[in-house]
Amino acid sequence: MLAMNYRGPFRIRVDKNKPLPEIKHPNDSIVRVLRSCICGSDLHLYRGRVPDTRIGMTFGHEFVGDVVDIGQSVQNLKIGDRVLVPFNVGCGSCINCKQGLYGNCLESNPMSATCGGFFGYSHMGGGYDGGQAEYVRVPYSDVGPMIIPEDIDLDDAVLLTDVVPTGYQAAEMGEIKMGDTVVVFGAGPVGIFAAKSSWLLGAGRVIVIDCLDYRLEFVKNYAQCEVYNYLEMGDPVLFLKKITDYIGADVCIDAVGAEATGNAMQSLTGKKLMLQAGAATALHWAINSVKKGGVVSVVGVYGPTDNLIPIGNVVNKGITLRGNQASVKRHLPHLIEHIRAGRLNPKAIITHRVPLDEISDAYHVFSAKLDNCIKTVLIPPTVSY
Amino acid sequence: MEHTVDQYLKMKGWGVDADPKNRPYWPIHKTQDNTGAHWIKPEKQKIDCEILKSNEMPRITAVFGTSVTPRGLSGVIRRIAYRYSENQYRHWLPLLLADRIDMVEGLLEDLLSGHVPNIFKEMGFGATYKYNKKLYYQRVAKTAAFVAVPTLILYFLLRREEEKR
Repeated sequence: MLAMNYRGPFRIRVDKNKPLPEIKHPNDSIVRVLRSCICGSDLHLYRGRVPDTRIGMTFGHEFVGDVVDIGQSVQNLKIGDRVLVPFNVGCGSCINCKQGLYGNCLESNPMSATCGGFFGYSHMGGGYDGGQAEYVRVPYSDVGPMIIPEDIDLDDAVLLTDVVPTGYQAAEMGEIKMGDTVVVFGAGPVGIFAAKSSWLLGAGRVIVIDCLDYRLEFVKNYAQCEVYNYLEMGDPVLFLKKITDYIGADVCIDAVGAEATGNAMQSLTGKKLMLQAGAATALHWAINSVKKGGVVSVVGVYGPTDNLIPIGNVVNKGITLRGNQASVKRHLPHLIEHIRAGRLNPKAIITHRVPLDEISDAYHVFSAKLDNCIKTVLIPPTVSY
Repeated sequence: MEHTVDQYLKMKGWGVDADPKNRPYWPIHKTQDNTGAHWIKPEKQKIDCEILKSNEMPRITAVFGTSVTPRGLSGVIRRIAYRYSENQYRHWLPLLLADRIDMVEGLLEDLLSGHVPNIFKEMGFGATYKYNKKLYYQRVAKTAAFVAVPTLILYFLLRREEEKR
């Protein structure tokens, strides 16, 4: 089958003869992929910053498709069902899954005690091949996959596998109250949905910070928020203090993670020398921009080692620092209602639709922010657009 | 541009989830009515390849991925790395080293199997040329320097050795 093949930092190709995935567990299913996406967190893998990313692996944790085979214990799916598959692999029966923390499953990743199982996310994420391929193995098929309702568009569905729930959960973890001021760092797909969701949760002011004007322009129109380019404001923290009456934001959301720009020291030590687990610039700004007693919500992805952040300020300011991988399954019914009601329109953020065969270019366009790219959807050649 | 109250009240869905009862992730720890699991403990996947296990885990989990098994020198380093907990640099730094060695091993594997990888295509040079010619020439120059500098150093070192003899 056709599948993305990682060959090293910044090197991706498509293999035409990767073996088809097999049922390895009675609750597995095999899904024929109809749409998959490149996620901002795939870029950490693409750039070689996530340890134990082995050559030959297939990435992709955002995908939808048709069930073409099922294991003998699968009860909730049948062959032919069209499903969206959350990016996290959850068993549904461990203590965390029972409490709805599907991203922190204890029975899906033997390779790391810090991570749950994720599709196509290195061996730190459990060593599962991802959905940037024609077919993919889906474990715990009775738990994760959801049959896509007939009135939900495939393009909306594929964005419900990660980016929309992650943005929504980022806002939820901020514990937003009516009239709160929310600052979102990062105008990528997750930041866009974090900003949009902040309004749904009752924010009174939503500010988005980034350095790419085309993304700021997009989020300004899509989520009706205030936008600022940090390259034009000098010290972003001081700027945010000034526009919030020197109090700071009630809630700050880090929707950037390890690939942040904007601080030479963080970029040098985090991205060039790899002395820390990526550049923690956005998190640094978030902690320093939030008000005393405020909440910082982190959904940006960092590597597994250490980062330089002002932890003393977290204590002195009495900040609540919250983060997690989105518990996708838990959000789906609620977010689908928002889509039906017209409050969310996920597919509007798709800027590029690329055949799977052209994945090398697609990764590079997304990584280098060429052609005003915001979100790329990959489509296998056997699937119609 | 700060919004006035009138403006955000007109936004479709503004405040619809203001009540915490409407928030699916709140409270964070919330017993789920139906996770879909119809087992008390999941059946175990058969272990039919080498799986490196974090030493912070009591056992291999019921389900796991089998994407790429450890192999070659990178595999040896990975096995050593997994002897240490995720709390230690001795776990993560060797894994990063193994990733880089794996990259070279992958290149050799390609060449030995008669496949010459098109590195320019793999790195998306075509897209750079299409969308940003300036960046394209910078990338070409960087790549040329990346190849040329070590080659020249090697050439001069070898020449010096020859002259000494």
